[in-house]
Amino acid sequence: MANPFEYAPAPESRSIVDVAPSYGLFVDGEFVDGSGETLKTVNPATEEVLSEVAVGTEADVDRAVRAARRAYTRVWGPMRPADRGKYLFRIARILQERAREFAVLESLDNGKPIRESRDVDVPLAAAHFFHHAGWADKLAYAGLGPDPRPHGVAGQVIPWNFPLLMLAWKVAPALATGNTVVLKPAETTPLTALLFAQVCQQADLPPGVVNVVTGAGETGRAVVEHADVDKVAFTGSTEVGRSIARAVAGTRKVLTLELGGKAANIVFDDAPVDQAVEGIVRGIFFNQGHVCCAGSRLLVQESVHDEVIASLQRRIGTLRVGDPLDKNTDIGAINSHQQLERIRELVGIGEAEGAQRWQPACDLPDRGYWFPPTVFTDVSPAHRIARDEVFGPVLSVLTFRTPDEAVAKANNTTYGLSAGVWTEKGSRILAIADRLRAGVVWANTFNQFDPTSPFGGYKQSGYGREGGRQGLAAYLKGASH
Amino acid sequence: MTDRLAVRKTSKLYLGGAFPRSESGRTYAVTDARGAFLANAAWASRKDARDAVVAARGAFAKWSGATAYNRGQVLYRVAEVMEGRQAQFCEEVAAGEGLSAGRARAVVDAAVDRWVWYAGWTDKLASVLGSANPVAGPFFDFSTPEPTGVVAVLAPQRSSLLGLVSVLAPVLAGGNTAVVVTSRDRPLPAVTLGEVLATSDVPGGVVNLLTGDAGEIGPWLAEHDDVDAIDLTGAPPAQAMELERLAAGSIKRVLRPPAEEPDWSADPGLSRMTPFLETKTVWHPIGL
Repeated sequence: MANPFEYAPAPESRSIVDVAPSYGLFVDGEFVDGSGETLKTVNPATEEVLSEVAVGTEADVDRAVRAARRAYTRVWGPMRPADRGKYLFRIARILQERAREFAVLESLDNGKPIRESRDVDVPLAAAHFFHHAGWADKLAYAGLGPDPRPHGVAGQVIPWNFPLLMLAWKVAPALATGNTVVLKPAETTPLTALLFAQVCQQADLPPGVVNVVTGAGETGRAVVEHADVDKVAFTGSTEVGRSIARAVAGTRKVLTLELGGKAANIVFDDAPVDQAVEGIVRGIFFNQGHVCCAGSRLLVQESVHDEVIASLQRRIGTLRVGDPLDKNTDIGAINSHQQLERIRELVGIGEAEGAQRWQPACDLPDRGYWFPPTVFTDVSPAHRIARDEVFGPVLSVLTFRTPDEAVAKANNTTYGLSAGVWTEKGSRILAIADRLRAGVVWANTFNQFDPTSPFGGYKQSGYGREGGRQGLAAYLKGASH
Repeated sequence: MTDRLAVRKTSKLYLGGAFPRSESGRTYAVTDARGAFLANAAWASRKDARDAVVAARGAFAKWSGATAYNRGQVLYRVAEVMEGRQAQFCEEVAAGEGLSAGRARAVVDAAVDRWVWYAGWTDKLASVLGSANPVAGPFFDFSTPEPTGVVAVLAPQRSSLLGLVSVLAPVLAGGNTAVVVTSRDRPLPAVTLGEVLATSDVPGGVVNLLTGDAGEIGPWLAEHDDVDAIDLTGAPPAQAMELERLAAGSIKRVLRPPAEEPDWSADPGLSRMTPFLETKTVWHPIGL
């Protein structure tokens, strides 16, 4: 029988993007050569080298921090807040105008489906700048004290899963509150940050207010450990988060961390199954599961387990895995070879520990980094795939009988970033949400984000919030959120 | 009358709502500001600290789940019971801190009033710190403050009562439970506060008071995986950085110590509550 979900390819043109063969660092308003080595950034869907970027050295980072300090002291700090806001509005508008360019570039460098970069990453990034632009001259009304002051220079290190969006989450509030920025994008996804640097030029943002230093872990360490950085913000793994927390211990630097997660997505027996299945898919297969708040543990009430799993498998069978630039693609490429190995290792452990692996029949491209959507059933809470963050399209299914058991299992993790609840009963939603130790709870939905909505974790998922009034506190001195 | 032999008090820990001796059997001599012997205090050990964390974790669900109104009444009750023990507190503060009777009285009054101030905060935090978030989509999205969990508190070394209450009450007001290491040299007001807490309505385990040395017990608490946050106010200055590094192991929230012990009579604002509060955001779809 012919698959009724066959679609003709509908690739987005990449001609809108002009990727240079190499990029320098963006320091003090211009692109400059780095003093160290370079690294190649590849398209994970094809393994084609897209460009070479500089690996920022300690000296490069120092140059960037000095530029940021100068800009803070002379220009950005003294500037009328309303004018700071206007620059952010400009940036938001340019991001909207160049949205297609950013979306294509993001999908090329990251491997995520164009449907997501076009409909989620880029519009949300623009929205973050637009939202925070308005805060710039209204900080006195934020309930964070009568005259909240910026820290100074913010050193920001961001991950590869939402390169532009995480940049926006970091840069927009920092600038709105009057800080200047040294940003270190992820090693495997530097290109949209470099395009953003061009946007800063296009907006006539004063030199030094935003500096982009590309590189890998050592470059990030240099940013975090630079003595003249006042504020450190990091999104990434809990392991790196720990080392950063140790590095800033005993200094005057203030720190916010947005780390890993192992979110429970709880489905009660009264939930509408079709909606819940859509939410489960959105929870774990969005962005190939490269999402810190991914709903990677499905907790399904025992009485509906078989029905939910059958429906879920049917739905997963219709997901299209392949070319990220194809507008029909649901699941793109795994971001890097290293991440693919990590996913394979944990999936192997899942099988070895006795969980049942299920994957749909699915053709994967010959080149590039790919992993099919995967569901493990018969998972016990002690299994590694129920405890470790896989950061890939791998769902672990556990069951429960009572609401108490659901809450206990959901909270049985060192993480506490997000959770989901699916039920028709409003009072149950509120009771469960109350008891979940997680920073974001989605009820009958999943993976929703908005610049007005604070995001961040409990426990070892980090501290501090991004977004909303509460998110501003991270960038203001002595601010109580 | 004059020939009556005094009944001396054995000073103990306050742990899980009971008053045990240190499991280590250790005690140490507490002297007044001039060096004269006052009492032997229990010298808490690593095991006591770990027991205290278990007690605090056990008490967390009930305390954090109580209504804000209820928590406010319980904290106000602490102030009421403390007021009745005013004379005893004045005597202990005067002896330990070397204050005149008048100054000691002012300190005790301020400590009682601090409980009243925080009692009044419990049911205002969500209004002041929470928000309804106008997201760009068909969702009702709101954020509320929630307690971080089990908080280890290294209480101030100098201000043995007002300082202690100033660091403990805000932790409780937010719905956390606490493991407190008291002032090492001036532990007696803390011991009496434990008796106040035990006879007010604070559930056992919500507050655990360990008399002893923050320098010795601090590292065990800082690296304990079931402690969610640590207040380093009373940490030995030379050790603060190491404690912060240890706390990084389980991503604890750390309230760094001030450069020097602050003036505890100043208005504390929200600065001691928000470090031990998380923001939870809940999204609900809107639809027919």
